[in-house]
Amino acid sequence: MKHFDVIVIGGGHAGTDAAHASARMGASTALLTMSRDTIGVMSCNPAIGGLGKGHLVREIDALDGLMGRVADAAGIQFRLLNRRKGPAVQGPRTQADRNIYRRTMLSEIEAHPLIDIIEGEAIDFLVKGGRVGGVVMGSGESFTAGAVVLTTGTFLRGVIHIGDVQQPGGRMGDNPSQRLAERIDDLGLKLGRLKTGTPPRLDGRTINWQGLEMQPADDIPTLFSFMSKKAGARQISCGITHTNERTHDIIRENLERSAMYGGHIDGVGPRYCPSIEDKIVRFADKTSHQVFLEPEGLDDPTIYPNGISTSLPVEVQEEYVRSIVGLETVEILQPGYAIEYDYVDPRALSQTLELKAVDGLYLAGQINGTTGYEEAAAQGLVAGLNAALAVKEREPVIFSRTNSYIGVMVDDLTTRGVSEPYRMFTSRAEFRLSLRADNADQRLTGQGISLGCVSSKRAEVFMRKMDSLLECRNILERRTFTPKEAAAAGIAINQDGQRRTGFQLLSFQDVSFADMRSLNPELCGISDVIGEQISKDALYANYIKRQENDVALLRKDEGERIPLSFDYSVIDGLSNELKSKLIKARPENLSQASRIDGMTPAALTLVLAVIRKGKVKKTA
Amino acid sequence: MDTIFAQATAMGRAGVSVVRVSGPLSHEICTQMVGSLPQPRATALRMVKGRDGSFIDQALIISFSGPESFTGEDVVELHLHGSIAIMRRVLEELGLFEGARLAEPGEFTRRALENGRLDLVQVEGLADLIEAETEAQRKQALRVLSGALGSKVDSWRMSLIRAAALLEATIDFADEDVPIDVSDEVLELLGGVEKELLTEIEGTKAAERIRTGFEVAIVGAPNVGKSTLLNRLSGREAAITSNIAGTTRDVIEVRMDLGGLAVTLLDTAGIRESTDEIETMGVELALRRAAQADLRVFLLEEGANPPFDPLNDDIMLKAKADITGASYPAVSGKSGSGVDQLLQNIEAVLEELASGAGLATHARHASAMKTARDCIIKTQELLKVGPDVYDISAAELHIGIRALEVLVGRIDAENLLDEIFASFCLGK
Repeated sequence: MKHFDVIVIGGGHAGTDAAHASARMGASTALLTMSRDTIGVMSCNPAIGGLGKGHLVREIDALDGLMGRVADAAGIQFRLLNRRKGPAVQGPRTQADRNIYRRTMLSEIEAHPLIDIIEGEAIDFLVKGGRVGGVVMGSGESFTAGAVVLTTGTFLRGVIHIGDVQQPGGRMGDNPSQRLAERIDDLGLKLGRLKTGTPPRLDGRTINWQGLEMQPADDIPTLFSFMSKKAGARQISCGITHTNERTHDIIRENLERSAMYGGHIDGVGPRYCPSIEDKIVRFADKTSHQVFLEPEGLDDPTIYPNGISTSLPVEVQEEYVRSIVGLETVEILQPGYAIEYDYVDPRALSQTLELKAVDGLYLAGQINGTTGYEEAAAQGLVAGLNAALAVKEREPVIFSRTNSYIGVMVDDLTTRGVSEPYRMFTSRAEFRLSLRADNADQRLTGQGISLGCVSSKRAEVFMRKMDSLLECRNILERRTFTPKEAAAAGIAINQDGQRRTGFQLLSFQDVSFADMRSLNPELCGISDVIGEQISKDALYANYIKRQENDVALLRKDEGERIPLSFDYSVIDGLSNELKSKLIKARPENLSQASRIDGMTPAALTLVLAVIRKGKVKKTA
Repeated sequence: MDTIFAQATAMGRAGVSVVRVSGPLSHEICTQMVGSLPQPRATALRMVKGRDGSFIDQALIISFSGPESFTGEDVVELHLHGSIAIMRRVLEELGLFEGARLAEPGEFTRRALENGRLDLVQVEGLADLIEAETEAQRKQALRVLSGALGSKVDSWRMSLIRAAALLEATIDFADEDVPIDVSDEVLELLGGVEKELLTEIEGTKAAERIRTGFEVAIVGAPNVGKSTLLNRLSGREAAITSNIAGTTRDVIEVRMDLGGLAVTLLDTAGIRESTDEIETMGVELALRRAAQADLRVFLLEEGANPPFDPLNDDIMLKAKADITGASYPAVSGKSGSGVDQLLQNIEAVLEELASGAGLATHARHASAMKTARDCIIKTQELLKVGPDVYDISAAELHIGIRALEVLVGRIDAENLLDEIFASFCLGK
């Protein structure tokens, strides 16, 4: 029987970054997929990044993961969202060519000497002493492993709905994982049901593009990877059109024929990615909704009409689509559908994404109730790193809310669970001003280097950048200037007579690095890239300082580890309701405990007191 | 968790004394002691028996089932005859039960707090209510206890979350059908909260005075009869009086209830230049305390100037009405002439001050509200710059919201997202 350090089941966005992370850590890794051709497939919209999501991709890249550089190779319409707003809320995004993305991802996986791609269906786990130690394949073959990462996406008991027609499926054209789902039932985990939808795919050759508003790519693309120099593919524009009263009438008349409104679907869908049916019911007074016509590739006529996902019958889809300007004679290549699938309540996971109750089994991606490629890949990274670390008997890596969106997401999932598919937003990060897309490397690459998951080439580039940043910072901090001196160099600030360092001056909203150069010529030796980065760091310096207390408090709470075996029943003065909530959630630290619904400061103090008492006893 | 018990009424002899038992075993223990309990929230008369079977007292019993009780747990109240012997015996008997113990001070309230029956502000209100000596204090504490401040802060918080959600929507959904500039709507929301915060902050001082008492200082030259007036006002010989100028050196304080308001009257050293070191220290102290007092009553001889400038509401009196025979504002501590009018006058001024009292009664409340208001003002300035700085505006607003969380529960991203999703059609 063949043995691997780590086996990853699934070759989607979670699976690929999980397998690669595990391999980067030096673990021999198997990637099990139903078909080699589905590695890196984008099942939904052909885009990577966005607000919050772009931050995740940058963080994955900072730890030398795949998604960022593959997207840079496949991106065909790079746009930096919120360009006019501050850098903390800017999100890189791109349309991606499906084929280039899939091909590039496959070649990245194939290129890693420690990854074996194995085709076939995984149907069972090898379990020994409560510990998962391998996988059984549909062919009857088995593989043993130190740890298994499960990334089955929407394939667990997946059901596809088009109108009142249902068929089992994990994605259009692919079978669901029925037998694995039954096996997961045996693990006794709490499962829930979610749904998501896609729009009909259109034939771009039958769209009347004349007169449609076009949205071009940025002149200078903002790439994802800190290592990329330029976009790999030609840049294109997307079209914009709108639904109208007639579209809405058609949908309203056929509402009961929609799978979602006809009562065929029990799963909960995401509020931020509603179907067109949802939009028309919930926002009845809106007479028009925006539709983006996104090409799926450079040599592919398929158009993804973003904004009109649906589960109406095919003939109704045709009718309402053709009521939209520009789409009067459009042909549908593949009807839109809704998909329902099982997910595991992520509160069953520890912050390494290993199941608390089943040693050796890690879950990542949509199986944990999230939505989105970026969320999936980031979890894959966390699970892959930790699976490899566990096999090598090293300390796990835990990401903090104070240092990354990855930390925010994992903490949200494992403490609060989900009530709808979980998507990243910048507003989920309480320390948003310090967790920026532009400084993801400063926040994480150093940690990645000491973990050992970062290539020597990236490490070298990173160290050089950090040296330059430090040099620049030193020049800025070394000298102070009076407001008069600043004014002489064209920097208009309050004439309060107070001396300020260059860094402090740079923190003013309208002071640029160029201004600083004319004030202090020493800065002329600093490159524009470094100057720009320092300016972003300076911009928020005052706010970040004010948040330092909160950061320290959170770090401290995160540092107060609560043992998994902690006995809440012995805590005097804790209400039964909170006790049962704590026992159910089994928070790993005080910070997680504080975010449990209904938790009071008084109760938290009690928990802390008992943890401390336990420690004293142990040391005594 | 232990079942706790304690005498809920004051120690000593009384018509009725109440013992309160709270916790998981309270019903079981009391059933053993009184035979059977009445239905929850109903009363019944029962004989209370000791473990040896002997009768201790006849008592009125009320039982409560958690969470509908003061502590949120199962509770039984024994209304016993208020004898020291009965009390001692009943507490002793309760202590014999396994899992029951005498409550620590404040433990019932603490359990109510932990079980979410009261919030922190309400606990403060309850403490104030128990401490209340005057009518105004009672009313104010009751208002706090009823959660008036909590609901006010909650409504501010809702407005601020709504404001933050508007900003966040423009940030997190920039590529969708949401408005780009929401400054006007956000400014309107913030303006309302800012104004109300200001009113509450200004009201804290008066509210705190109602809680701790107003200070009224009697000031004037030596030997004009300040101490005699103080003794007359308080109805007792609180200060030594003599016809030797400079008898009062220290500040004499007398607490009294004036029309429901708690008032501390201060008698101070007569103000004059002196070579006596101790008297000089007394004069300095008098000046300092008088300046800090809420109201100053100047007692002046005919034609004399006040020793320092009076403030708006300060009361100017003429001394020694018993000799001059003049009517109010002339007064005499000796004869009592004009004293009733003076009391009415002081009461009227203090009532005016007290009427501005807000719901926030502690300095802690005021400081949290001030931080929140400062952040709102800064946010308002940033909003005027426009959508380009919404990232910083939002950061400022969040700091303000967190300040209010010192008074109420916490807000998190889910609250914001709920608000966003309820308001905008998202999903391109």
